[in-house]
Amino acid sequence: MSLVYDVVVVGAGPAGSAAALVAARLGRRVLLIERGEYAGSKNVSGAAFYAPQVLGALLPEFWCTAPVERHLTRRVISFVSPESSIAVDFRTARWNRPPYNGFTMLRPRFDRWLAEQAAAAGATFLPETVVDDLLRDGGGRIVGVRTRRPEGDIEAAVVIAADGVNSFLARKAGLRGELRPEEVSIGVKEVIALDRSTIEERFALTGDEGVTYEYVGSVTEAVKGGAFLYTNRESLSVGVIVQVASLAGGKVPAYELLERFKSHPSVAPLVRGGRLVEYSAHMVPEAGLAGLSKLYGDGILVAGDAAGLCLATGLYLEGINFAVASGAAAGETAAEASASGNAGAAALRAYERRLDRSFVLRDFRRFRRAPAFAMSERLQNVYPGVMTALAEQALASRGQPRSKLLALAREELRRAGVPAWRAVRDLWRGGRAFGW
Amino acid sequence: MVRSGDHPFAQAPSTTLQEKMATVRFRPDPEPHIVVNGEVCQDCTVHACVYACPANLFSLLSDGSIAFSYEQCFECGTCYVACNREGAISWRYPAGGLGVSFRDA
Repeated sequence: MSLVYDVVVVGAGPAGSAAALVAARLGRRVLLIERGEYAGSKNVSGAAFYAPQVLGALLPEFWCTAPVERHLTRRVISFVSPESSIAVDFRTARWNRPPYNGFTMLRPRFDRWLAEQAAAAGATFLPETVVDDLLRDGGGRIVGVRTRRPEGDIEAAVVIAADGVNSFLARKAGLRGELRPEEVSIGVKEVIALDRSTIEERFALTGDEGVTYEYVGSVTEAVKGGAFLYTNRESLSVGVIVQVASLAGGKVPAYELLERFKSHPSVAPLVRGGRLVEYSAHMVPEAGLAGLSKLYGDGILVAGDAAGLCLATGLYLEGINFAVASGAAAGETAAEASASGNAGAAALRAYERRLDRSFVLRDFRRFRRAPAFAMSERLQNVYPGVMTALAEQALASRGQPRSKLLALAREELRRAGVPAWRAVRDLWRGGRAFGW
Repeated sequence: MVRSGDHPFAQAPSTTLQEKMATVRFRPDPEPHIVVNGEVCQDCTVHACVYACPANLFSLLSDGSIAFSYEQCFECGTCYVACNREGAISWRYPAGGLGVSFRDA
């Protein structure tokens, strides 16, 4: 005899826990399944968590009790060549008060806390359980999951696949194809311990203020990607995220790029004296709109990274907020469908309509050109160097007559082998990706 | 673990992959969750797995074959995504509660 639930959620990351929490609050019998020994034990991100309003709508003022690290009041985006860097450094006191603009956090702690909130709302939490397959009825409709446990079949009116970037369930449901190496990146990260006062002095932060640094350019050499450095309370999260397709061509593994990143002259002083406490790695779906799975089928919904809901544009690097928002919408749709007794694809399409109206799919559509632009050859490997060289020429003082900026820019583009018309066209492309 | 220590002039805390891996907690599944089919990858010249794996679990041997161990796997999936040979890498998650457990601390 198998167990029967209204909603079975696979994966207790931010998407799955948000889905379970919402469906349980709507009075449904909910099972939240996690393959790790605790929620968060398999999960890795930077981690910067933006748009606190999204989780705040489910758990008001969650930052007072959730294990968040620092709230972000400063953001630095750097363009890097081997010996130089030029950065945009934004900071505002307006993000130093509720509802804030984002937080850094450590996922094993945060995800564990969020799964506890789902359990407190009434969901049953089942850890240490792998889901290997979907159950189908005679008509091919999904009616539950098969776990890798003895007599491990579990029936459900609706299955929510929140099983992360690899989402074998979305593939088994026929909602997405195989992952291609062009549409995913591999992130490697180190958590580096530094004492609180050193972090605050080194990064010009007061109390629980935090900063995120992001880097594009020579830090990843010929491999496409970028690097980051985030401040936690008493540690830094330092990592490199590189496109899987470009790794084999570069013939250099990501952890080696991470070592080179930490020794860059603009990064080394920031990590100096720190002590490695944990190394980790995870894949990231980075193709934007083009990489999204189909979001619903007969008896199934897909949320978070499983659906490809991660937006990596260089300017925006967000996934956890999309996971929470999509999970909550999936939980609500699944609760309604199971209550009405109709969990067919036509009824579950309400999930996609919810995401259509929210910031989730609107942002993915609006910035649909941005992920490819951020990964383009010249933006990755040419312009960061042109920018630092231009800055050096413009700022250098040598006791020689100076050129004006446009002449310097032409000279640097010529040196980089980029015709001016091509640079103008790339500017136009960047404008279409981000500007208008 | 950290070569540079807390010396006032210490440079970046550079670490070897071995030192990195020593910080991670693994409880390996007694049954391998990834199986590499050496016959399929025998004549591969790309060796994407060797550069893709963040734990360096794939090594190219002098005879051109691939040596692989699964015990220190992050379960990220990069190897099977990077691999261009159908059937070379059979991949599934380890049993519930086993495999890698991140702590971020």
